[in-house]
Amino acid sequence: MSARRADRPIAAVGFLLPYLVATAAFFAYPLLHAVRLAFYATNGPRSRVFVGWDNFGFVLGDPLFWVALRNTALFAFCSVALQLPLSLGLALLLHARSRRSNTVFRLILFAPNLVGQIFVGILFSVLFAPRYGLVNRALHAVLGWGLETRWLGDPRLVMPATILVSLWMYVGFNMVYFLAALQGVDRSLQEAATVDGASAWQVFWHVTRPALRPVTSFVVTMSLIGSFQLFELPQALLATSSGAGPGNAGVTLMTYLNDVAFRQGDLGLGAATGWIIATIIFVLSLVQLRISNAVNRGRLA
Amino acid sequence: MTLLRLALVGACALVPLLFVVRRRFALAYARALVLVVACVIVLAPFLWLVAAAFKDPRVLNEYVFFPPPSAWSRETLNLTNFRELFAPRATPEGPIAFGRFVLNSLFVATVSTVLQLVCCSLGGFALAKYGFRGKRALMGFMLASMTIPGLLLLAPLYEMMVHFGLVDTYWALLLPAAVSSYGVLLFRQAILEVPDELLDAARLDGCSELGLYFRIVMPLVRPMSAAFCLFSALGSWNSYLGPNIFLHSQRKLTLPVVLNMYVTEYSSQYGVYLAGTLLAVAFPLILFLALQREFISGLSAGAVKG
Repeated sequence: MSARRADRPIAAVGFLLPYLVATAAFFAYPLLHAVRLAFYATNGPRSRVFVGWDNFGFVLGDPLFWVALRNTALFAFCSVALQLPLSLGLALLLHARSRRSNTVFRLILFAPNLVGQIFVGILFSVLFAPRYGLVNRALHAVLGWGLETRWLGDPRLVMPATILVSLWMYVGFNMVYFLAALQGVDRSLQEAATVDGASAWQVFWHVTRPALRPVTSFVVTMSLIGSFQLFELPQALLATSSGAGPGNAGVTLMTYLNDVAFRQGDLGLGAATGWIIATIIFVLSLVQLRISNAVNRGRLA
Repeated sequence: MTLLRLALVGACALVPLLFVVRRRFALAYARALVLVVACVIVLAPFLWLVAAAFKDPRVLNEYVFFPPPSAWSRETLNLTNFRELFAPRATPEGPIAFGRFVLNSLFVATVSTVLQLVCCSLGGFALAKYGFRGKRALMGFMLASMTIPGLLLLAPLYEMMVHFGLVDTYWALLLPAAVSSYGVLLFRQAILEVPDELLDAARLDGCSELGLYFRIVMPLVRPMSAAFCLFSALGSWNSYLGPNIFLHSQRKLTLPVVLNMYVTEYSSQYGVYLAGTLLAVAFPLILFLALQREFISGLSAGAVKG
């Protein structure tokens, strides 16, 4: 059939045309333009001056950029270190049961992911309120903590609060991926191990865990990339301080970019910041890929 | 309040108790307990949101969730927040009602979804069922383009939109969203499953290439299209970054931007913007419940193909 497939290239190009045109105009061109723009200082979109590497120097010399990087890195680390075990744990719990109620649990746990970060942020900005906020009330009722914790007003608590909300949003989301992978694990292998006298933990460690590696690597990469683009959640959560939090304690890389490019109107500086963030994401993904390859080859385990 | 703590401690204490009676039973119970607690944590904010939207502003902080049935009345539960929300507000551009923003969001989500569906499914069809020079290179480009973070394009896109005069129009949101290499590859994957013999038979019967797309390919990949449409509609409905940058006129704004603005504007009457948030949140949840089978299958399709 391949001969027949090849003989209508005009139709194929025609079908690809909308994609190609849109990609050329709204992906390839801006990407190339971003290279140029990063070397200009702009004041709004219409006036610009060539400044060479100064934009990069300015961003890297800006203490606020480093605060943003630290916050974002902390957020990324926590979304992997806390989210992953929680979602895998819940997936294993669900997988171990074979009840009809599983569907309901899965639906409920997945639901927060459907709501946009901005709406979740608005909702939690009220839930985190001192005294009347649901978070404080729940912690008071269950653990006996004080009611006056100012989650979003205390510079030390802003990032933990943001991370808590992200757990609420994304644990169920990653759980669905793990569940799908668990359903693909060879049952007969697990049963064989059980028959041979392996404990539940041994079955998990030696049979299930290796089978979950590809999906784990996928989830980690997605979480890292998502974390480095964190923007909308703090934007709404910390709306009263324009998304940066008290004393800029909640500023993220994207908040920083949005601030220099669109609030202050220097698109060149915004483009330079974009390149710096993209480089960080790229390097991290590469490192992550290296690690997961090494693990797969059994050099680390 | 301590009642909650007692219940929790009691529920946990049941685990070792059951363990003495029967191991399997204790394990099943512990599993269910953890899941129920997780679900309560997930559901509580939603429930609270519903309660906050319908409670009278004066009793908002008096009850954690809903008032007890004995206190239900027009005084405690009513539509004050919604009435306030939908009342036309004075802006520099004249009075605008909240309904306007809902319609804006619906419009952008619908058009954006249709555009994405057309671009991605046509592209996926071409990649799956035709051979042409440079196909491998194109697919390599698509995979590579997925690794470019969108934030890199923001500043240059904005400058471009200014030059084209598209700032403060919906085109600035719709056109960049139409590009999705991920979507094209997703459709290619689904359309590969359509048998070539079927297409050839239709060609013999005189069907045009575009006819194949409409009459054979699209009906066969309908489940995949449904999932794709849901995800892109939600993406557009929930998006804040683009509308916040590209839209300037008040009357063109979409819900995420407007509600985020209301947080500072109505800071003293937060029942009003919570009522708006409830409406904004209800849309995706209702869509999800109605079409959850497609949702989950769409998710795992992406996961397996990696």
